Amino acid sequence: MSDVVVAQSLDEAREALASHPDATVLAGGTDLMVEINRGLRRPRRVVGVAQVPELRRWSVGADRVVVGAGVTYTEMMTTALADAAPALAQAARTVGSPPIRNAGSLGGNLGTASPAGDTLPVLAALNAEIVVVGPDGERRMGLDDFVVGVKQTNLRPGELIVAAELDRPRGRQEFLKIGPRNAMVISMAGLALVADHDARTVRCALGAVAAGIPRAREAEAWVAGQIDWDNGAGVDDAVADEFGQRVAAASSPIDDHRSTAAYRRHAVAVLATRALQRAFAPGGHGDA
Amino acid sequence: MPDPYSLRVNGVECEVTDTDLAESLLFVLRERLGLTGTKNACTEGECSSCAVLIDGVLTCSCLVLAATAAGQEITTVEGLGDGRDELSVVQEAFVEEGAVQCGFCTPGLIVAVHDLLEANPEPSDGDVREALSGNLCRCTGYGRILAAVHSAAATKRSQP
Ligand SMILES: Cc1cc2nc3c(=O)[nH]c(=O)nc-3n(C[C@H](O)[C@H](O)[C@H](O)COP(=O)(O)OP(=O)(O)OC[C@H]3O[C@@H](n4cnc5c(N)ncnc54)[C@H](O)[C@@H]3O)c2cc1C
Ligand code: FES
Ligand code: FES
Repeated sequence: MSDVVVAQSLDEAREALASHPDATVLAGGTDLMVEINRGLRRPRRVVGVAQVPELRRWSVGADRVVVGAGVTYTEMMTTALADAAPALAQAARTVGSPPIRNAGSLGGNLGTASPAGDTLPVLAALNAEIVVVGPDGERRMGLDDFVVGVKQTNLRPGELIVAAELDRPRGRQEFLKIGPRNAMVISMAGLALVADHDARTVRCALGAVAAGIPRAREAEAWVAGQIDWDNGAGVDDAVADEFGQRVAAASSPIDDHRSTAAYRRHAVAVLATRALQRAFAPGGHGDA
Repeated sequence: MPDPYSLRVNGVECEVTDTDLAESLLFVLRERLGLTGTKNACTEGECSSCAVLIDGVLTCSCLVLAATAAGQEITTVEGLGDGRDELSVVQEAFVEEGAVQCGFCTPGLIVAVHDLLEANPEPSDGDVREALSGNLCRCTGYGRILAAVHSAAATKRSQP
């Protein structure tokens, strides 16, 4: 294999990785090239996957949405995917700038596995299953099993992320993020909230406020009992506020160069309150 | 060392030899092909002064591994004007509106504005701000850039 393979099919990418499991997978380059330019990484072999058609596909089924690893943020925002997974589209719109969104991909966000990766809370709230293929065939796992630490995944040498499969519940979805600007910011805190009117559940996951991507399960269970599922009335302010506090309890933020733990915990509470109010605002009840 | 490869830049095939695997498209354009219109400021995707079009898609060339761009159509700021001495409508508007001070951010902005007006001939202020949200300018304060975009859009719309 030459040092650089720009794979034109999934088979070609798999074969290149099978013969050189140590090769570096390159998608949009918006994380990897930063490291290469800084001299932090010097790959000896690269398998480019941005042009693999199988990875660029997405599909919308009755209750599942499949998003190929190579789907870009621009595509998440501007195609019918935006209607099928609105929180994913909202998250995509907050990423970087147009050229970053044109190149950056879902698979790259997963591969980097930063706690501030903006699609990750959305994937967690939509019960995503991550599909990977490698020399030993296909594996599927939840986000919790895929992201095993800060910027650490359980991908094995020679494995490729193929897609994420998401729920498509009947109900509104919200993604909210806090940063110093409306563009070009890495999240100081991020939150995805999904209402499921058939299961009568609320699912809420957090970004940039823990080592992983926690679900606020206690708050989710509590708030499901507070919602007027039958009549579509909005949520009381008191319920929304308490939900915020309970969600914040699921975070375990740290002080770093972007923010402080105290501010992050506060921000999570505000985001959770706001997301719940929006998701259950009267009108359009039950429709995504 | 990667095998030699060829890049198609502004319609011209350019051979690239003796390269290092880690070279970005930005580096190859400037240092190997002598196309210095594309600017190098951050090499981390933060400023868009290196913006080019790849198969018509607005891209930060600093984040493209050069060897992977073989076979694609690369358009740099040099490829946007109408020949060496003719300015494009967008370039003309930047000059007229005083949207250029030191000029370092200008090539990236010109490419981004061409891309915007291609997709959206009548952008709102909000559209322009969002489209250019990745382009950093340390001099102008952006007001004149905004004016130049609207002026270029109006000129383009008035052309047959
Ligand atoms: C200016 C700027 C702003 C940014 N803003 C944001 C932001 O607001 N929010 C955010 O979440 N991120 C942001 N990012 C980070 C980055 O854009 C995202 O993480 C993006 O999703 C990375 O995708 P990519 O395709 O560019 O990945 P690449 O850089 O190509 O790859 C990233 C990692 O994933 C691996 N990988 C990629 N695809 C696969 C695959 N199919 N199988 C196995 N491994 C794979 C690579 O080997 C590498 O380790 C920003 C980056 C820049 C430069
Ligand atoms: S040099 Fe590429 S974005 Fe700054
Ligand atoms: S004119 Fe100087 S950076 Fe924009």
